[in-house]
Amino acid sequence: MKNYFEKRNQSISEKIIAFDFQLLFLILTLGIISIFAMYSSEMGNFSYHTKNHLYRFSFFFLFFIVVSFIRIDLLYKSAYLFYVIVLALLIGVDSFGVTASGSKRWINLFFINLQPSELMKVSLIVFLARYYNKIPSQYVNNFKHILIPFFSFLIPVFLVASQPDLGTSVLIAISGLIVIWLTGIKIKYFMYSFFVLICLIPVGISLLKPYQKARILTFLNPERDPLGAGYQIIQSKIAVGSGGIFGKGFLQGSQSYLDYLPEKHTDFIFTLFSEEFGFVGCVILLLIYALIIYRIASIGTQSRNNFGRLFCYGFAAAFFVYVTVNMAMVLGLLPIVGAPLPIMSYGGSSMFSVMLGLGIVMSCRIHNPNSIG
Amino acid sequence: MLFSETFQNKTKLISRRMFILSALKISVFVGIISRLFYLQISENIKYRSLSDKNRFREWKLIPKRGIIEDYFGNKIADNIQNFQLHMMPEDVPDMKILFFKLSKIINFNNNEKNKIIKRLKKRKRWEPIVISDNLSWSEFSRLNLFLNEMQGVKPVVALSRKYYEDGSNSHVVGYVSEVSVKDLKSNEYLKEVNVPGMKIGKIGLEKILNKLIVGKPGIQRFEVNSSGKRVKELELIKGIEGKNFRTTIDSETQKFASSLLKNKSGSVCVMDIFTGDIVTLVSSPTFDPNQFVHGISLEEWKELMNHKEKPLINRALMGLYPPGSTIKPIVALSALENDIMSTKKMVECKGKIELYGQTYHCWKEKGHGFMNMRSAIKQSCDIYFYETARKLGVDRLSITAEKFGLGKKVLNIFSEEKSGVVPNTKWKLKNIGKGWFLGETLITGIGQGYFQSTPLQLCLMMAQLANGGYEIKPRIINDLYALQPTINAWRKEFELGKNDNNLNNSNLKKLYRNKENIKFVLDSLYGATNEPLGTSYRSRLTKPDFVYAGKTGTSQIRTITAEERKLKLKNKDLPYEKRDHALFIAFAPYKNPRYSISVVVEHGGSGSSGAAPIAKQVIKKVLERHKIRKKYQLDLFREA
Repeated sequence: MKNYFEKRNQSISEKIIAFDFQLLFLILTLGIISIFAMYSSEMGNFSYHTKNHLYRFSFFFLFFIVVSFIRIDLLYKSAYLFYVIVLALLIGVDSFGVTASGSKRWINLFFINLQPSELMKVSLIVFLARYYNKIPSQYVNNFKHILIPFFSFLIPVFLVASQPDLGTSVLIAISGLIVIWLTGIKIKYFMYSFFVLICLIPVGISLLKPYQKARILTFLNPERDPLGAGYQIIQSKIAVGSGGIFGKGFLQGSQSYLDYLPEKHTDFIFTLFSEEFGFVGCVILLLIYALIIYRIASIGTQSRNNFGRLFCYGFAAAFFVYVTVNMAMVLGLLPIVGAPLPIMSYGGSSMFSVMLGLGIVMSCRIHNPNSIG
Repeated sequence: MLFSETFQNKTKLISRRMFILSALKISVFVGIISRLFYLQISENIKYRSLSDKNRFREWKLIPKRGIIEDYFGNKIADNIQNFQLHMMPEDVPDMKILFFKLSKIINFNNNEKNKIIKRLKKRKRWEPIVISDNLSWSEFSRLNLFLNEMQGVKPVVALSRKYYEDGSNSHVVGYVSEVSVKDLKSNEYLKEVNVPGMKIGKIGLEKILNKLIVGKPGIQRFEVNSSGKRVKELELIKGIEGKNFRTTIDSETQKFASSLLKNKSGSVCVMDIFTGDIVTLVSSPTFDPNQFVHGISLEEWKELMNHKEKPLINRALMGLYPPGSTIKPIVALSALENDIMSTKKMVECKGKIELYGQTYHCWKEKGHGFMNMRSAIKQSCDIYFYETARKLGVDRLSITAEKFGLGKKVLNIFSEEKSGVVPNTKWKLKNIGKGWFLGETLITGIGQGYFQSTPLQLCLMMAQLANGGYEIKPRIINDLYALQPTINAWRKEFELGKNDNNLNNSNLKKLYRNKENIKFVLDSLYGATNEPLGTSYRSRLTKPDFVYAGKTGTSQIRTITAEERKLKLKNKDLPYEKRDHALFIAFAPYKNPRYSISVVVEHGGSGSSGAAPIAKQVIKKVLERHKIRKKYQLDLFREA
């Protein structure tokens, strides 16, 4: 049997030519928009959050380019290891984690406070892509081949949910499930597990923290407690709605400027953006995200190996889920669960994981000729 | 080739599922865009107004209350600067420490502390609260000295009401005090203008003028952040200052009359007989209205309420007294007008008379002897008027009395004003449910029995006699009159009997039938004051310009028993509560009259000794001030 990846060394110039400049441009645009949004969230001051965001974006943008140039087979080989490391960190959080606002999500790695759950978003997709790469489709539905992926995503989901971080765990679960589904597992298995899930809902509810229950109840009726748990979503809707067609203008968002928006630099950055730039701005932002997702997916389609294809499809789907869950959340379509908007939201770990994923996608594209069909 | 085949199968499968996924993604994106469309375009107006509601908050500013002036522009209800201490609860790091410090610097006892704590619980932390409403200058300056040690408090210079401290105007002007829940319920206009901390009139002119005198509050619009803190001022809509009012009152004579009534219960009213301007309206005992401005203390309130003489009552408007002998000019006029008696009719007074099986006494036990109408008014002979009333009948008397201003409210703007009673047969049947006794007619003829009148009514009655028998409309608020004849034409018409065109064309209403009857009554009153044997002869003024004419009255508040008559008890021997009320009505000067006056001294003994001397001094004061008053005459009553 041939080696799965044909070893052929590309020159640097070849690699650069193979670069997807469209995607690069889109990411850069989004990064610039995010810095302006951050600047606005601090009432037009170039201070702490804006500075940090700028540094992080610059750093992780470079990191993205560096990852792009790593050969795909190297990434392929280290997939399991990457997954195991992240899983170990996730377990480590439980015992050595840093607690903030009631949940243990961060681990202090001396130079950075890392949120392993964010990294798990990517590493799970890498893991599954590698796992399914070699399994022929007729064996996919074998019990043995279901069990390993099932546990590989269930364990991190459970660990993250117990931090507690409902939002991230749901995002991990959804992105894992999409990859598994893409490989061809029969729909009926999903139906079965969905049924089991419904049966488990009462158990799940009893395990929820009071504030999580409140969030879900609040989502169902935000006016239930307009100054308490419902406050965020009511104020967020007011901010978005008052933006109108063209928005209130850059640095003119009264809702954010006067502190009515909670978490305006992290989860609610989209609210701030839509208050200031209105419907038109939102559609443009949404278009940028859609193009990024489209580029990722089409890189996957062009990919000549299943690892690359699965990863790209999986990551595109996950990226899509991050974006839409965040937006749906701040627009009052989903409960507030704490899901950042990729690249736009303030947060190192999220930026790290998104850029890492994008780097792997780019690597798939650059090193595509490397592989054979 | 098995591997390659499966690979391709797998690729196909993945691509198919990817296609489904893409379709799903597109529909979700469309969903989000339509949600954005709904929020930002369809519901934009709703959310924009909600956002503005978040952003803006308004604070109302207390408008400057209008000033009440007397006839000469002296401010009888003024606004003065006062020093207040405000606190912003959210800026205070430690309430307890602040309260402790305050108790060392200003008058801030535990009682007040508890009040503030109670109020704090009901308020938001960013709402300023007034700790002290009225600081003295020394407190204020001390406070400013220690200000840097106290966070969250702010000394403020505000405006507050200031009245004459002697209380001479208290009953007329009234007072302001904080708006109560009851005020808000009963006054529609207050809902619009009320600002926390605003004060409104509770009684007197302050109450009557409330609507126009409060002004309109200004609005300060701020942008506020989510915790309610003011971020910046966006707009300042200036309020409208309350309207200033000028009254007809002369605060100088007010003061003087008030001082004459000191330690007495009673009232003095002075009226311009042509314009109806109320020059003086004093009630005694009085109170200091300034007590109410910053909230009256419980002890002060108790003292006012438990005072035997009820200082809060405005006796000039609310005091009801039998008019006594002051009604006699009206009884005589009524008899003449109805052609019941002539002025020459003689009646012999023997001190008492037996009628309908009862004995009716004259105040002069020995009797006056033979009396004609003029001498009966002059010496106030009761027997003559028993006879007059008997012939006249109570119903005809009541018509004349009502015509001249008794039995109905004089000013009708003061809600506290009483209308009194002019009894007649119908009235008795309606209000008491019994038929009229003839004996009651006799005592009605000397102003006793059911007769009840306020001092202001008596003053109006006197004025409408003295001006020649024309109706006037008394006023206390100095607004411009409708076209009226000049006073000189009016006087000429009355004295010479010439039908002046000017007067006939006017809207003046005659109250008499025959002018000579009025002249006769006024002449009789001249006799009562300026001729020997007249009841107020001792209180006459001899300086030609000051000569006045008046009628005394003594209203009994009890029936004198036969035994008491034998004992010849004098008023001063009786306990205070049983002494008669002293009344006096007069007009001045006798020639070219201009003012009428009524004086009532409760339990003051007889009219000639208790009331006339006071009236004499007030008349002198009023006439002395007439020259100055003339200069300020704004309306068409100008004397040529």
